[in-house]
Amino acid sequence: MQYHLLSIITFLPILGVFIILAMPRKQENLIKIFTLFITGVQLVIAAFIWMHYDYAKGGINDVAGFQFVERLPWIQVSTGLAWLKMVKIDYFVGIDGLSAPMLFLTALVGFIAALSSWNINKSVKGYFALYLLLVAGMMGVFISLDFFLFYIFWELMLLPMYFLIGIWGGPRKEYAAIKFFLYTLLGSIFILMVMIGLYLSVQETVNGSKIFTFNILAMMDPKNFVDGGILSMTNANFRLYAYIGLFVGFAIKIPMFPFHTWLPDAHVEAPTPISVILAGVLLKMGTYGILRFNFTIFPEITYQYAWVIAMFGMINIIYGALCAMAQKDFKKLIAYSSVSHMGFVLLGMASLNSVGISGAVLQMFNHGTITSMLFLCVGVLYDRAHTRGLDDFGGIANQMPIYTGFVIVAFFAAIGLPGLSGFISESFVFLGAFLNVPALGIRIITICSTLGILLGAGYMLWALQRVYLGNLNEKWVTLKDLDAREYAMLIPLAIAVLILGVYPSLMLDIMNSTVNQLVKVLANIH
Amino acid sequence: MNELSFIQAALVVLFLPLLGFTVTILYGKRFKWLYLFEVAIITIALGISIYMLFIRLAYFADAPPFQKEFLWINLGIVPLLGKVTVELGIMIDNITVLMLFVVCLISALVHYFSIEYMKGDKRYSRYFAYLGIFTFSMLGIVFTHNLLMMYIFWELVGLSSYLLIGFWYEKKSASDASKKAFITNRIGDLGMLAGILLIFSTYHTFTFEAIFAQIKAGQMPLNSGFWLTATGILLFCGAIGKSAQFPLHVWLPDAMEGPTPVSALIHAATMVAAGVYLTVRIFPMLTGDALLFIAIIGALSAFIPATIALTQTDIKKILAYSTISQLGYMIMALGVGAYSFGFFHLITHAFFKAGLFLGSGSVIYAMHHEQDIRQMGGLRKKLPITYAAFVIYSLAISGIPLTSGFLSKDGILASAYAFGGLTGYKIFAITGFLVALLTAFYMFRLIFVTFHGEPRNQHKYDHAHESPALMTVPLIILAVLSIFAFYTANPLDAGKGWTLSSWIKTPPSVVPASLRYEFMNEKQPEVAEVSKSHNETEPVAENVEAKKNEQIIHSEEYTHALHSAHYPAMGLSLLVAILGIFTAYLFYIKKVVNLDAFVEKIKPLYNFSLNKWYFDEFYNSVFVGFVMLLSKILNWFDANIVDGIVNASASVTRTVSTFSNAIDKYIVDGLVNFLAILTGMFGIFLRKLQTGKVQTYLVMVIFSIIVLIFIFI
Repeated sequence: MQYHLLSIITFLPILGVFIILAMPRKQENLIKIFTLFITGVQLVIAAFIWMHYDYAKGGINDVAGFQFVERLPWIQVSTGLAWLKMVKIDYFVGIDGLSAPMLFLTALVGFIAALSSWNINKSVKGYFALYLLLVAGMMGVFISLDFFLFYIFWELMLLPMYFLIGIWGGPRKEYAAIKFFLYTLLGSIFILMVMIGLYLSVQETVNGSKIFTFNILAMMDPKNFVDGGILSMTNANFRLYAYIGLFVGFAIKIPMFPFHTWLPDAHVEAPTPISVILAGVLLKMGTYGILRFNFTIFPEITYQYAWVIAMFGMINIIYGALCAMAQKDFKKLIAYSSVSHMGFVLLGMASLNSVGISGAVLQMFNHGTITSMLFLCVGVLYDRAHTRGLDDFGGIANQMPIYTGFVIVAFFAAIGLPGLSGFISESFVFLGAFLNVPALGIRIITICSTLGILLGAGYMLWALQRVYLGNLNEKWVTLKDLDAREYAMLIPLAIAVLILGVYPSLMLDIMNSTVNQLVKVLANIH
Repeated sequence: MNELSFIQAALVVLFLPLLGFTVTILYGKRFKWLYLFEVAIITIALGISIYMLFIRLAYFADAPPFQKEFLWINLGIVPLLGKVTVELGIMIDNITVLMLFVVCLISALVHYFSIEYMKGDKRYSRYFAYLGIFTFSMLGIVFTHNLLMMYIFWELVGLSSYLLIGFWYEKKSASDASKKAFITNRIGDLGMLAGILLIFSTYHTFTFEAIFAQIKAGQMPLNSGFWLTATGILLFCGAIGKSAQFPLHVWLPDAMEGPTPVSALIHAATMVAAGVYLTVRIFPMLTGDALLFIAIIGALSAFIPATIALTQTDIKKILAYSTISQLGYMIMALGVGAYSFGFFHLITHAFFKAGLFLGSGSVIYAMHHEQDIRQMGGLRKKLPITYAAFVIYSLAISGIPLTSGFLSKDGILASAYAFGGLTGYKIFAITGFLVALLTAFYMFRLIFVTFHGEPRNQHKYDHAHESPALMTVPLIILAVLSIFAFYTANPLDAGKGWTLSSWIKTPPSVVPASLRYEFMNEKQPEVAEVSKSHNETEPVAENVEAKKNEQIIHSEEYTHALHSAHYPAMGLSLLVAILGIFTAYLFYIKKVVNLDAFVEKIKPLYNFSLNKWYFDEFYNSVFVGFVMLLSKILNWFDANIVDGIVNASASVTRTVSTFSNAIDKYIVDGLVNFLAILTGMFGIFLRKLQTGKVQTYLVMVIFSIIVLIFIFI
């Protein structure tokens, strides 16, 4: 009854890539409409998945708790070696309450960024082919339940991103693209090493015989670790190193201080839709990876070092906010605000209880919509004025009142105003982190982190004042308010921000069982 | 009307202004008349609120609060924590309906006033939309039965205040002021948030009633009385921000950049009173130490702005400082345990202060947006209605008998006096009387300079005229509400009137007896001393309230002290008020002293007051400066150190690769090339042999044969 929905939603864009490649180069509008159609279909499938999603199922380490599961043998090589009878990699996909919100987010942001790509005029065919490839990679990351498959999608996404920044970017695009690429690749190497380590430590029973496996669900069960494996339970040191390696690999993506400096450069140089994808979806992969891999495979280490994660969360929140305050480039400011807001996710995760982790996952979704809106707003302005200097503007509110209305919604959502989605997730993060009973130190960290919402109000309102309030700069009297396409990309996001602010259960219910399951996995160890 | 219909009515009143906001903000630009929709909505809300007020106070004054919860977020049973739910809820008690009436009435009057005052503004309908969202947020605070919902609407009030202060955002000063207001409020909110976190982590609920019940049962944050005190103080931090109390009072005077009716609604009567309202709501859980802290903050906030108001020349700024000062009174009253007088003063103050602001709006309107009182003078002839109303308000704020302000202020001063007698902290009473003196002085300075004497700006004076009825009628209504008769039949003793004896009742404290003020505990003769020493959770006698008709507040001892403090305090407060007014009369009408010479004599003090005790300068250079500097330093650190390491590692890699490239080029490849060169040279040498001449070949063949012969033979 599941019609292979996950495979379709993931591989549809890849099919689209081939079709675009077959299209004539001149038919630019056709290519754009086709891309929009593909992402639109993805959105519809995502909605369908949502409708058929069973809220009661947990997931995490229980294969029965996953939904829309597809599992096919993919690569099977008999080696003839005694210790390694067979190399087996599965096409194993499925979603639970952690991945479902991310899947919906990807579908939504993918569609909106496709709309926002309308202004791309340089080698349109190449751009949209790469764009669809990127979307496929992102989907794949969130649905994979096989580590190897996950890794393939993780890398698959990197390549189009490199070209999309490097070819369609701003003046320093080469620098930004290579920095992004190499930085992420560095993270990938850590992930790869841990993946191999885990592979060689975990055995799954298939048809009665035990074979090494990339199945991440199998990795979560301590019983599956072979004796003397490099990452077996007894090998505490190596497990810690593996944990750190994996964590750093994902932390680069978040990006977590001090691995965050690729982000401002990538954002400043990337074209608007790519910034939207980058901030809206890609950053979530870091925290998603930590929740999906670090937390479940190494619960005992997570439990012990949660306060370190909380500490890094606090640093991200405050450091990001203070850096944002010093920026003169609008896009850079939003980029640093992302650093700050992703810190909330880290803090919520570190709470290790349902309230905080729900808050963290909700914050991942909310940050996706809010920051997409912020980047789109910057893009709208940049398209018209061709500058992003915060001090170059003033009084835009009078010139573009409706646009400014959307800006105010986005800004106040980012500030965490009640009634808009950011408030709920931030509150849950604080409440959860403060509830963290075993580690009281996290309480102090939480209280310090609340400073972030003060600083957030500071830099956001200051930016609002500089760009939108005051008297209109004579230069900008020709700027026009939003057109229909821009309405179409801002309205859905604004609605998502409003609805989740008033009725957060819409998203919380999806993740609730899974988060509870995750908390149990974390707590069972102790 | 039963409990359910009360809840329904409350929901209607709450959501009507939100509807008004939504419709007006979306379509107000297209349909110019839509502001009338918002005006109609607030009128309906006012009607319902009056109805609720009468029914509740007439029939249910002694009934427990009506409450209704709505499940908002339900995480169900979660591991480690158990059941986690977040409820929103409505609570309606006497305090609620009184506050509801105040908010709706003033909001409605401000709506009417603004129809005329804001005429011609290019964002006319948006202004009314903003008033709508403000009213919605404020009513949310009024109706809430839990702390989280309080915090939610608390922030929304902050947003509406931001939008309205910065309504004329073309002016840099206005957008600065709105930003300052929002951020300063947020500082207080951080404390409140921390308090809420402590509450939630201890009691797993946000609902006042449930929290109080658990405190009463002896459960405390982090299991210590200290943290109960801390929680109270942290929650109170929210009030410090919202009610512009010292040290976060600096935003309120700047907020006067907003349109004047907005100042009347938000920055005088309702939003700034929200802090007092919060303190009223959490009053039962405040420990003695927390209350003392609150009293100190209140006293400082009453005193400092009163001294600043003496020298200001902007009519709205004077009123703004007086607002802070009066809010300080209320906070101080709550701090010294005078719950009912504190809240009563909130009500009376709301009316006369809204009146003062609207009156000043009428003056400013007449003077074509002139706010400097030095440009005014003699206006009483031009603006007779405004003048008359203004005088009534000023008498009320100064505490002259027959006004509402006398009743509430006298109560606060008597309570402070009694408090001094009971605990030995006499400073609150002294501050109270001193501030009463200052208040009377600066208010009548304002009246004398503005409305009396000769016009100082003849041109503007000539063009001034009384405002239209839409503006004067609200003034008259508020003036009427500043008369004693609405609150009590006895103009000298509010305690006997219906407002205080049957409507506003002091709730019993829920904190353990040992953490309360001592006077809050009923003295149990003889046994008290003994039992205290060995058991701190001594049961408090709760059946004393049945005693006669007289209402007992806190304890018999306190009630008695309050009673005996009443007349001395009244005499003294009347004396200082008249003294203040008379001094102002001597200074500004009779001009018995040369003002300029007098100012010259006290120059340092005068400047200190004129510059608002240099709070802004201090905060700007210390806190704002520190944050800005830190952000610059961190940005530098980020670009040069963190990113520098990244780039350095890249260039190290590049250098290494250049080096290895050199090895590759000169050694590895060099070897290959060397071989090639060698081969080449060999070729060059061998080429010489190939001449193409038969003779040479012949010679070489013969030579070779000879060599071979030699070898083999």
